[in-house]
Amino acid sequence: MAEHLLRVENLMRRFGGLVATDNLSLEVVTGELHAIIGPNGAGKTTLISQLTGQLMPNSGAIHFAGQDITTLPSYKRSGLGLARSFQITSLLRDFTAADNVALAAQAHAGHSYRFWGNARKEAPLREAAHAALARVGLAKRADVPVSELSHGEQRELELAVALATKPKLLLLDEPMAGLGVTESQRMVALLKELRKEVTIVLVEHDMEAVFALADRITVLVYGRVIACGKPDEIRNNDEVKRAYLGDQHAVTRHG
Amino acid sequence: MKSAFNLRTIVVALVVAGLVLLPVYSALTGKVFILTMFTRIIILALAAASLNLIMGYGGMMSFGHAAYLGIGGYAVGILAFEGIGSGFIQWPVALIASALFALVIGALSLRTRGVYFIMITLAFAQMAYYIASSLSRYGADDGLTIYKRSNFGGLIDLSNRTQFYYVCLACLLGGIYLIWRIVNSRFGLVVQGVRSNEQRMQAIGFHANRYRLVCFVISGTICGLAGALLANNTDFVSPAVMYWTRSGDLMVMVILGGMGTLFGPVIGAIVFLLLEELLSQITEYWAMIMGPLLLLIVLFARGGIMGLLARFSRG
Ligand SMILES: Nc1ncnc2c1ncn2[C@@H]1O[C@H](COP(=O)(O)OP(=O)(O)O)[C@@H](O)[C@H]1O
Ligand SMILES: [Mg+2]
Repeated sequence: MAEHLLRVENLMRRFGGLVATDNLSLEVVTGELHAIIGPNGAGKTTLISQLTGQLMPNSGAIHFAGQDITTLPSYKRSGLGLARSFQITSLLRDFTAADNVALAAQAHAGHSYRFWGNARKEAPLREAAHAALARVGLAKRADVPVSELSHGEQRELELAVALATKPKLLLLDEPMAGLGVTESQRMVALLKELRKEVTIVLVEHDMEAVFALADRITVLVYGRVIACGKPDEIRNNDEVKRAYLGDQHAVTRHG
Repeated sequence: MKSAFNLRTIVVALVVAGLVLLPVYSALTGKVFILTMFTRIIILALAAASLNLIMGYGGMMSFGHAAYLGIGGYAVGILAFEGIGSGFIQWPVALIASALFALVIGALSLRTRGVYFIMITLAFAQMAYYIASSLSRYGADDGLTIYKRSNFGGLIDLSNRTQFYYVCLACLLGGIYLIWRIVNSRFGLVVQGVRSNEQRMQAIGFHANRYRLVCFVISGTICGLAGALLANNTDFVSPAVMYWTRSGDLMVMVILGGMGTLFGPVIGAIVFLLLEELLSQITEYWAMIMGPLLLLIVLFARGGIMGLLARFSRG
C-alpha cells in the first residue's frame, strides 16, 4: 500500500448556518494526481483553503507528511511543502512576474531578515525564478509587471509561484478557469509533465481535463464526499451521475 | 518611463545640492533665519522619510508617528536634565527607547488592519502625549528646556549653527541611504510584497506580521533620531511635539511628496513647511488656505509631487 502524503479526517467548517465542509475525510497518496470535482458551491475552495491554512476548520484533523498540521499557520505549512494556486488569481500586482516567483524561492532559501544586499541581484533566486517561469512558458515575460499580464499568463504565473516553493504537494484550484482552448491545452500538457515530479490535488471543472489527468477522483456535493475512486468507477457511479454528472453532458460525451 | 525617471532625478539632485550649499548661501547673505528654518525642515523630513518606510513601502498607515519625535526628544531632555549631557549616551538611549516603544505599539496594533490600525496607532500616540503631560518633574504641560545641547566631546559642536545643520543633513541623507538599502533588500521586498498581497505572501511561506513588526520598529527608531535632533534644535521638548496634529502633518508630507518614493518625503516636507511659513506670514487664517490647497494637490496629483513629475515628463 502506497503511503499517504495527506490525510484529512472528519473535517467540518461552517459559515454561519451553512456547512461548507461536512465531516469530510480524504486521503492523498504520494505521487498521485487526485482530482476533486463537484458543482459550484460544493466547498472545493473552502477545502483547499483549510488544507493550506488560509481558513481554519471548526473540527477535524489534517495530517501532512506524517505531521498534524490542523492548527499550523499557512506560512509554516508552506515550509513543510504545501503549495497552492488560487482560483481567483492572487499575485503581487505591482511586482514583475520574475519578482513574484523569486520571492517564492526566497521564502524557501534561508531567512529574509537581510537588510542590506540587493535581493534582485541574488543569482540563485533569479535563476530559480527563471527556471519556474520557463517551466510554465513565461520566460519571455519575466520583467513584465503582473498588472500587464493577460489573464492566461497570470494563471500560469500562479502555477510558477507555487512551483518555486518546491512543494511536495501542489493544490491547484481551478487552474484552467477562464482560459481559452489553446491555453487550456497548454495547461493540461504542463500538468501531465508536473505530475511526474510532484503529488497534485486538482480542483477543476473541465471534465475532459480531469478524466485525462486524474489517478483518482473525489466527488464533493454540499461539502460531503459522495464518491472517491478511479475515473472509471466515478463515471459509472450512480450516485455521482444523479447528484452531479447527470446534468453535465460533457462527461458522458467524453466518457 | 526613462524620461520620467530623469526629471525626477534632476529635481532630487537639485534639492540635495541646494541643501548641501544652503549654509554657504546663508553665510554670504547673512540670512541666518533661512539656516534655522531649513534645519527644522531637514529634521522633519527625516521623520517623514521614516514614516514613508512603513506607510509607503509597508502599507501601514500609522497615525501616531509623532510619538517617536517626543520619545527621542524626551530621552535627550530628561538625560540632560538629570546631568547626563553626553550625546554618546543621549542619542543611543533615544534610539533604543523609540525602538522599544515601536516594538510594543507594533505588536499590539499590527493585529488590526485598515481604519482600526490608524485609530489604534493614534490612540497610543495620544497616550504618550498624556503621559508626557503628566511628568511634573520634567515640566509637564509646559515642557522641558534643554540648557545644553548633546555633547559629542571635541568631535562636533551642536551649538554651532552650521555644524548642527550638517549633522542633521548627514542624518537625513544617511537615513535615506539606509532606507534605500532596506527597500531593495530581501527584507524590503518581503515588506512590499506584504503590502501588495498579504495572503499570497503567507501562502508562499512568509510570516507577514513579523516582517511588518520589524519594519515598524526600524521606522520608529529612525524617527526617534529625528526626535533627538529636534529637541537639540529647539533646546526644548514638550508634549506638543507628539500631539496628533503633528502626526497628521508627517502623513501629509509623505502623501504630498509621494508615498513609496525615496525622496518624496523630503520634497513633501520642504513644500509643506515652506507653504506653512509663507501662508502664516500673509494671514493668521493660513490653515484655512493650507488645508484645501493640500487637498487639491493630493487629489489631482496622485502619487504626490513625485508622481506629478513623472507624469509631466511623460507628456
Ligand atoms: N468566506 C465565506 N463566508 C461565507 N460563506 C462562504 C465563504 N466562503 C465560501 N462560502 C460558502 O461556502 C460554500 C462553498 O464555497 P466554495 O468552497 O467556494 O465552493 P466551490 O469552490 O466548490 O465552488 C458556498 O455556499 C459559499 O457561498
Ligand atoms: Mg471554488
